[in-house]
Amino acid sequence: MTDPAPPPEPTGSPEPYGAAGAAEPTGSGRTDEGGWQRLDPRNKPVAALFIAGPPVVVGLLWLVGGAFIPPGLLWTITSLGVTGVVIGVVAAVEWVTVRYRVTGERLQVRTGFAVRNHRSIPRDRIRSVDISASPLHRVFGLATVKVGTGQHVGSGNEELKLDGVSPAEAERLRAVLLYRTAQEGTAEKPAAEPEEPAVARLNWAWLRYAPLTMSSLLAVFGALGVLYKPLDAMGVKPADIIRLGVVRGAVGEFRTVPLWLAIAVLVLVVVLVAVLGAALLFVLTWYGFRLDDEGATLRTRRGLLTTRSVTLEKRRLRGVEVAEPLLLRAGGGARLNVVAVGLSTGKGESDRDKDSNARALLPPAPRAEAHRVAVRVLGDDPTADVALRPHPRAARRRRINRAVLTTLAVAVVLAVLGVWWLPAWAWLCALVLLPVLLPFSYDAYRSLGHGVTGRYLVTRYGTGIRRTVGLRRDGVIGWTVSRSPFQRRAGLVTLTATTAANDGAYKVRDVDPATALRLAEEAVPGMLAPFLADPPGRADGTKPDLGLAAQREDN
Amino acid sequence: MSVTTELTGPGGVRLRPPRNPVDPRARRWWTVRALLIVVPPVVVLAALAAVIPPAAGWLLLALVVVAVAGAGYVLVMPRWSYRFHRWEATDEAVYAASGWIFQEWRIAPMSRIQTVDSERGPLARAFGLAAVTVTTASAAGPIKIVGLDAATAADLAHRLTAATQAVPGDAT
Repeated sequence: MTDPAPPPEPTGSPEPYGAAGAAEPTGSGRTDEGGWQRLDPRNKPVAALFIAGPPVVVGLLWLVGGAFIPPGLLWTITSLGVTGVVIGVVAAVEWVTVRYRVTGERLQVRTGFAVRNHRSIPRDRIRSVDISASPLHRVFGLATVKVGTGQHVGSGNEELKLDGVSPAEAERLRAVLLYRTAQEGTAEKPAAEPEEPAVARLNWAWLRYAPLTMSSLLAVFGALGVLYKPLDAMGVKPADIIRLGVVRGAVGEFRTVPLWLAIAVLVLVVVLVAVLGAALLFVLTWYGFRLDDEGATLRTRRGLLTTRSVTLEKRRLRGVEVAEPLLLRAGGGARLNVVAVGLSTGKGESDRDKDSNARALLPPAPRAEAHRVAVRVLGDDPTADVALRPHPRAARRRRINRAVLTTLAVAVVLAVLGVWWLPAWAWLCALVLLPVLLPFSYDAYRSLGHGVTGRYLVTRYGTGIRRTVGLRRDGVIGWTVSRSPFQRRAGLVTLTATTAANDGAYKVRDVDPATALRLAEEAVPGMLAPFLADPPGRADGTKPDLGLAAQREDN
Repeated sequence: MSVTTELTGPGGVRLRPPRNPVDPRARRWWTVRALLIVVPPVVVLAALAAVIPPAAGWLLLALVVVAVAGAGYVLVMPRWSYRFHRWEATDEAVYAASGWIFQEWRIAPMSRIQTVDSERGPLARAFGLAAVTVTTASAAGPIKIVGLDAATAADLAHRLTAATQAVPGDAT
């Protein structure tokens, strides 16, 4: 196949990413005049499947199941099928019309027949390339390429997505887009099969951390919830399931056992489902995980069914975040996330989920491993157990107050309900909450800490998920000092460092104002200084002395 | 509770208020906005109380609660907002204070500013006011200076745009 597009292909044939047996040595996608390329022709069977799938399924159901399935349900399925066809046709039109090209300056994508949609991003704005392949994609030897720029101006203008290129073409794009200079000079290929050993690989012993992460537990029960919804939509009620013979038998048995045993069995079943589900999710997500240092970029690869490869320019790194959900922390594990410009895409909930995945540098792993990888990635580790400065006692009082107020609120609600519906002593039950919540208050206070170590501003907070963030001081692009009326009464403020990386802001919660201002000035000397008032008795015009002389000399 | 735009704490380090207050007309603008929030529920409750006599007692009780809280809001919020909102643009940075109960001081260095827009909502236009939005590369949201005189806002936006274009780099 000829490829007259300006950017020459990197030499050699990159290892096809994620698709077993679908290797095509050269790039794919036919080329129009002007270097415009189409998506891979193998999209056609996918599109055909998409369009033909729903009618076939619905037709079969009508033919075979017509006698058994209630008509209401059948019509619901049919309407779903029609919707599926419409979506399939729209997607197919999109696929057919996509053209893209990489010029010397820009990556350009245009779509549409009648209304031409043209998007282009400057290549020097490209920060990350994310290649993923769903099982359907992999069957047909396709992949999706997402290009991140880290721009937040406007909405939906931050990311370009090419859905349906061959794995080889995805690799080519990754190389061309991220290794612009290297590729044009020496045709040096970013190692598809790196000579250097991986920075980190999956260790199956880490599977033991799978049930300890809240997110995976939530995902398991979320999946159950999702399963419930379509059943509900199709008119299947939980009561119907109970009426099924098998279930009714089980419920009947259940009624004969003592209550405590029933509860114990139920709890056991729920825990088992959660643990197994979490383990399954861990395997699906992290199978084949490896983190590679490719010189100018970092690359993570993982996934059992849906494969994913995230490549990030190292010079866009702004630090790391160690996240320790409560259970994981108790089990001595931690997650390691990258703090980087160009991985964040807007504020949508689902986007955030995807992003937190894209940011992961490691599966849930032993804390020591997280710190080892942090050192390997950043050169130094700001999140290691350095002595972070504790926060004022007033911060602890606030956290204890929260526990007390929550308890009181519940007690009041129960007391009010007690007037009409509940027994009068019901509010006493709320008192049980206090001993449960107080340890969290103390832990939340113990978690609080801040400091400046080397090139990094470090902040730690949280109890449900304790986060330790090391943010590059030169990555701080502004400061916010804020306080609520409660903080004002307690003589506290929250200092927020704004940054171009990730969600855009990291907070140092509940410090006294002087500490906040000193910390900001210590982390980024000069940014805050023009707005500091001279302390009383210092009218000679010199800058206020923040007691930072010693630290400044260190740096 | 006093509202001064100065942050003081033990140790004598203080964050001074930004130099410029917002336009005095902003007080009336805030008052009208507060009225727009408070009046509709009061009117609806009064109407319901008139239409549904059996529930009038409860509805009037709710009306009194909403009206008292709303009156406090209409009286206090604009004054405190006016006292607290201040702004300043130096050669080095944009510095703005905003809020009334929840207070915020924000600083964005000139070299990190990406875009500057001035905008006028229909209500602000009626009072001859405008806002300036200063966007950085942070996803945590822009700095917004509200309640500026329209001419001042346009001038500020111009000045900031010129200043930020003079600084090379992509502000990340």
